[in-house]
Amino acid sequence: MERLEISKVSVSFGTRQILQDVSLTLKEGELVSLLGISGSGKTTLFNVIAGLLKPDTGTVYLDGEEITATPGKVSYMLQKDLLLPFRTVEDNVALPLILKGVPKKKARAEAVSHFREFGLEGTEKLWANQLSGGMRQRAALLRTYLFSSRVALLDEPFSALDALTKRSVHQWYLQVMERIKLSTLFITHDMDEAILLSDRIYVLTGQPGRISHEIIIDEPHPRTEGFAVTEQFLNYKRKILEYLKEGQ
Amino acid sequence: MTRKLQNITQSKGPATLTILLLLVGWQLVAMSGLVPGYLLPSPVQVLHAFCQDWNTLWSHLLVTLQEALLGLVVGVSVGFVFAMVMDAWEGLYRACYPLLIISQTIPTVAIAPLLVLWFGYDMTPKVILVVLVTFFPVTVGLLEGFRATDRDAVALFRSMGAKRWQIFCYLKVPSALPQFFSGLRIAAAYSVVGAVISEWLGGFSGLGVYMTRVKSAFAFEKMFAVIFLISALSLLLMALVGLWEKKMMPYRYIQNDEKKEIEKHES
Repeated sequence: MERLEISKVSVSFGTRQILQDVSLTLKEGELVSLLGISGSGKTTLFNVIAGLLKPDTGTVYLDGEEITATPGKVSYMLQKDLLLPFRTVEDNVALPLILKGVPKKKARAEAVSHFREFGLEGTEKLWANQLSGGMRQRAALLRTYLFSSRVALLDEPFSALDALTKRSVHQWYLQVMERIKLSTLFITHDMDEAILLSDRIYVLTGQPGRISHEIIIDEPHPRTEGFAVTEQFLNYKRKILEYLKEGQ
Repeated sequence: MTRKLQNITQSKGPATLTILLLLVGWQLVAMSGLVPGYLLPSPVQVLHAFCQDWNTLWSHLLVTLQEALLGLVVGVSVGFVFAMVMDAWEGLYRACYPLLIISQTIPTVAIAPLLVLWFGYDMTPKVILVVLVTFFPVTVGLLEGFRATDRDAVALFRSMGAKRWQIFCYLKVPSALPQFFSGLRIAAAYSVVGAVISEWLGGFSGLGVYMTRVKSAFAFEKMFAVIFLISALSLLLMALVGLWEKKMMPYRYIQNDEKKEIEKHES
């Protein structure tokens, strides 16, 4: 059974259609990217999956259960890390548990128990603004994970990081994901990032946005720096570029 | 922003110096006989009057302070409730916000005698006037803060299944704290002035009543003494608000070097 299944989702704002018959699937432990030019409706699709937006037609299933227009089922990490400046790091991370009604002390203890795994130990009592960019991202990811360990929607989570930090966060994310069996749906417009991280890539093109192609990246992990300069890597990239151009 | 705030609080030196120079200049002018002593008493005379009349001043001060604080507490509560309901219902905001603005264009000196007519000479009309002048900055500050809450943060809360009251308590209220305290600081200053004006226009005790008495006795040095006392009282209230602000928002006052230390620790 698929962990997440989106079936024939269409969305329009007024007369403008944003998404047309978008269907996709996500298996347990899989990392799938949505790649597309700006304006192809990627973020809209995420808002539908997160339950924040009701699609005109189409359904969203999580482990076989319909969750269309029901917020609070999958984890959603937006483009900004959105750590709240008025909470300490541990209280930021514990937020999803507190919102679910877990008592404060218990929520905090649960959050802190994951700090080592996420490379955040020692930052518990700091204010969010005292963290560096990479650390903020880790804290935001841990918060995402504590909300739901089944599916995480990540909307360009690493776009604000510099190239070096980005690379180390990638490696770290894949390791953590494998350990905690998280399934990830990932928005990016960085092709290299998509090829390095994904098991599959959906190419979203056009207006309204449709899924035009699905590319399976059949390479073992970890994909190192070396892979990024191989002929196979370039082949994937060529294919994606071609698909993106077709769609325009 | 925090940097700026710190600079202002740390740079009290120049302001103190200016005030001292002004006082010295004033004393010299008064001593030189350029202005008759009964029109402009010297600072030393004012200080003398202040010490002489201290017991009377103190008893009046307690009354004014009581009115100001009571009015401030009620005003802030009313301001909070107004901001909360206007934030929750957009229609109410559109219907009531202009009214709130209009309410502030009515001069307090015009309302105060009416309040005296309606509620008598005791404390009630004074407290009501203080409420009328203090709720407004708090409402405006809070509303602005609520409405400026990051939309993406609201979306994040919603995606986590947060209920409306949770978004309000855990996100909007803490996000609006800086604006709330800006409003509260203004309200604190208004509260004392409001109480004094209200006493001036009708009452049996309070610094405003004291002012009317010394004015009709042409005791200008006492007039100045009470003016300084009122200023000091307002400043004290504002300083208390500042202290509370620091306690409530420690994250805004993190030293920069502390931040650097942490970055070093990370790498």
